[in-house]
Amino acid sequence: MESCLLNELRRIVGTAYVLTDKEDLLCYAYDATPGFSHMPDAVVSPANTNEVSQVLALANTEKIPVYPRGSGTNLSAGTVPTKGGIVLQMTRFDKILEIDEANLVATAEPGVIVAALNKAVEQFGLIYPPDPGTVATATLGGTVAENAGGLRGLKYGVSKHYVMGLEVVLADGSILQTSGKNVKDVAGYDLTKLFTGSEGTLGVITKIIVKLVPAPEAKKSMMAIFSNLDNAGNSIAAIIAGKIIPATLEILDNATIRTVEDYAKVGLPTEAEAVLLIEVDGIPEVVEKEAAKVVEVLKANHADQIQVAKDAAERDKIWAARRAALPALAKLRPTTFTEDATVPRSKVPEMIRAVNQAAAKHKVTIGTFGHAGDGNLHPTIVCDLRDKEEMERVYKAMDEIFTTAIRLGGTLSGEHGIGLGKLKYMEDQFGEVGMKTMRAIKKALDPNCILNPGKLVGEC
Amino acid sequence: MKEDKKLLTDIEDALANCMKCGNCMEVCPIYKEIQTEAAVARGKLSLMEAVINGNAEISAGFDQRMAMCVSCKACAVKCPCGVKADELILRGRQAAVKARGLNPIKKQVFALLANRTLFDFALRMAGLFGPLQMKKLPGRMAVVARFPMPGLDRRRVLAPFAATPLRSQFPEHINAAKPRMKVAFFTGCTINYVYTDIGQAVINVLKANNVAITIPAKQHCCGTPVYMSGDVELAKVFAKHNVETFERVNADYIVAACGSCAEAFKIEYPELFHDEPDLQRQARNLAAKTYEISEFLVDVLRFRQDTLGPVPATVTMHDPCHMARGIEVTAQPRAIVAAIPGVKFVEMKEPARCCGAGGSFSLAHYDVSRKINDRKIADIASTAADTVVTSCGSCRMHIVDGLVQNGRNQECLHVVQLLDKAYEAGKCLQFKQP
Repeated sequence: MESCLLNELRRIVGTAYVLTDKEDLLCYAYDATPGFSHMPDAVVSPANTNEVSQVLALANTEKIPVYPRGSGTNLSAGTVPTKGGIVLQMTRFDKILEIDEANLVATAEPGVIVAALNKAVEQFGLIYPPDPGTVATATLGGTVAENAGGLRGLKYGVSKHYVMGLEVVLADGSILQTSGKNVKDVAGYDLTKLFTGSEGTLGVITKIIVKLVPAPEAKKSMMAIFSNLDNAGNSIAAIIAGKIIPATLEILDNATIRTVEDYAKVGLPTEAEAVLLIEVDGIPEVVEKEAAKVVEVLKANHADQIQVAKDAAERDKIWAARRAALPALAKLRPTTFTEDATVPRSKVPEMIRAVNQAAAKHKVTIGTFGHAGDGNLHPTIVCDLRDKEEMERVYKAMDEIFTTAIRLGGTLSGEHGIGLGKLKYMEDQFGEVGMKTMRAIKKALDPNCILNPGKLVGEC
Repeated sequence: MKEDKKLLTDIEDALANCMKCGNCMEVCPIYKEIQTEAAVARGKLSLMEAVINGNAEISAGFDQRMAMCVSCKACAVKCPCGVKADELILRGRQAAVKARGLNPIKKQVFALLANRTLFDFALRMAGLFGPLQMKKLPGRMAVVARFPMPGLDRRRVLAPFAATPLRSQFPEHINAAKPRMKVAFFTGCTINYVYTDIGQAVINVLKANNVAITIPAKQHCCGTPVYMSGDVELAKVFAKHNVETFERVNADYIVAACGSCAEAFKIEYPELFHDEPDLQRQARNLAAKTYEISEFLVDVLRFRQDTLGPVPATVTMHDPCHMARGIEVTAQPRAIVAAIPGVKFVEMKEPARCCGAGGSFSLAHYDVSRKINDRKIADIASTAADTVVTSCGSCRMHIVDGLVQNGRNQECLHVVQLLDKAYEAGKCLQFKQP
């Protein structure tokens, strides 16, 4: 990057907040997605909206790529600076600006850690429901930009269901305000939802207004073990058909069960085809009633074993298996791909079987676990990125997994986003018209394609 | 292949296991303050990978970034893949030393440290002439520099060097009337030359429990500061000396009153000699009978509680990193505090969060270490305790500095000093009884 341009960046944000040493740039060449790496030319950490605006105006004039970045924990290569340019580090935007108890909303800057927001609203008896696995590290801005989900997705949904308004800096540096604290607001195009999940390709989020919900008074956790995968699948369908929406309804497949048991020794039968982990939450009386109904459904669908947690310690024990799933799989091999192919929940058993077939056919190790209740599965492929021959097989298995998900009426991403990782399947899901529409939006808002170029909608 | 780069390729598989999930960011005290990727384990591991792949050199910049780590091990404990990032970062430092040589100031300090006689002489002189340079702060075991000194922040509060080192204050062997056992005391440099009050307390407490003590005169620095800086060869020289010295004294147990010194004996020494089987066997034998003082008093000695007198104090505890995550001794110091009559114990928020000392880290990066420490001081302040106890001289010094800088009046002691006070108070009780 030219030195006068760097000087201009330094003038805008201050010398200390422009990193150009190779050793630093190498540390921004990646995110949590395996297989993508590219060095930026500079890492710029602005302190306020005005600085973001100035940086973008400059980058737009000079046609320099800009990649907004929070903690870089995302799983779609969404923050990898694949074309060089500027990584826009947003972690200095770390203030919770307001917790509005009367309106049940909070206003925060994008660099706030999601867990910190939850901690702050806890004292008011409120929660911000999106809770991705990286909740203790990920920034609010990153999770909103990626439309992140989490374990409570079945009952509570994903980020877009909680974002009420945004302040966004557009590619040319102009500042946009979308929606606000109104529960009912049908004026105009829904720009809030457009920018939520835009993965940094349409603008840089500088302020976020989110909806908060009352913290559930009670929770009850259960674990059911199935020797037959279809019985697990039928249980999922029957629970929902019984008009019960658990906060969480998770599944572990046989490969995951064996790996978890081997690693954490939590007492799972290794021959089981599936384990379901269920948590209902809400008002104590309702929780009791719903838990009893869930147990009934599990029994009717031939669960081999059912455990209901009586206290916090037992609840912890039940969730230990789920918590161990990713670490246990990740420890098997150096490289871990955690995908998030999602299908209508009735298709969960079929999807798991297809993943297993893809694993066997291409001789790769895949464990599947995930949010069965919302159809959001995490086929987790463990391999070694340094083994070229193995990686070819891995990518073939991945192709098969995503095309199957789309064939079953599913989607490429339940909560991780598209980024670069799943770009090549986008046309399969959206078709030519869908992609044309999305690219038209991208070009209208970012005509020079400086914002996270090449991601989500590809080249345009 | 050059030897420096080979040091990294040896750990290539271990580096590949890092899946860049970023979980280490949650717990890294340095990342919390400076918020750059190179500050956190994930970044440092990537930098090492870049060197292996030929995308980077072991440059001054590499060296600087490897140095930005307090070795608190929080990342390693947090890592879902079990990557021991703290050890890998030490390997990065080792490669930097191989490639670029040791930093000139460290080189001089280590050269002095390596010459046991000269080191002893220098620190005795510092103890004698220190008051000329250092001004004592009233009411504390703390001093500040009167004049600027190279490599030292002038604001920084230190502890005075002892006029007479601990090992010169006591004979090599201290007998007990009917000794239950013989214990060798590894004093470490901080206790020998600076915090002799901790050493005195160790001796008192062991005596109160009828233990014969030997304090080998020829013991060396445990080597941790040298090892942490990446000079593994010199660390091995120290380790070998200590292993041979302590084997000769043939004690039933070895105790240290510092988490890092205990960790050196218990964990580092056997690992250092992985290619020297005889020495490794000796090191393992010693490791098996080495205990940190609280661990020893509680698990081995089951210290006397009937002679404890009351110590009226509200106490909170800071767990040094090498106690909490190194040798994993946190219950025992609490058991000691709980046994002392009159003490009200208040747990602080995140007692095992690093205080920012990190051995020589706080010398080289005083500003960052101060910021980390300010959080610790705030946690201490929010407990309303009048006394902070810990189990490491280096943490004690850094916490005292933080208390002074933040205008706080709490006292900071080693756990064993509190116990010593209780035995002392117990003697008065006996005296008063008819």
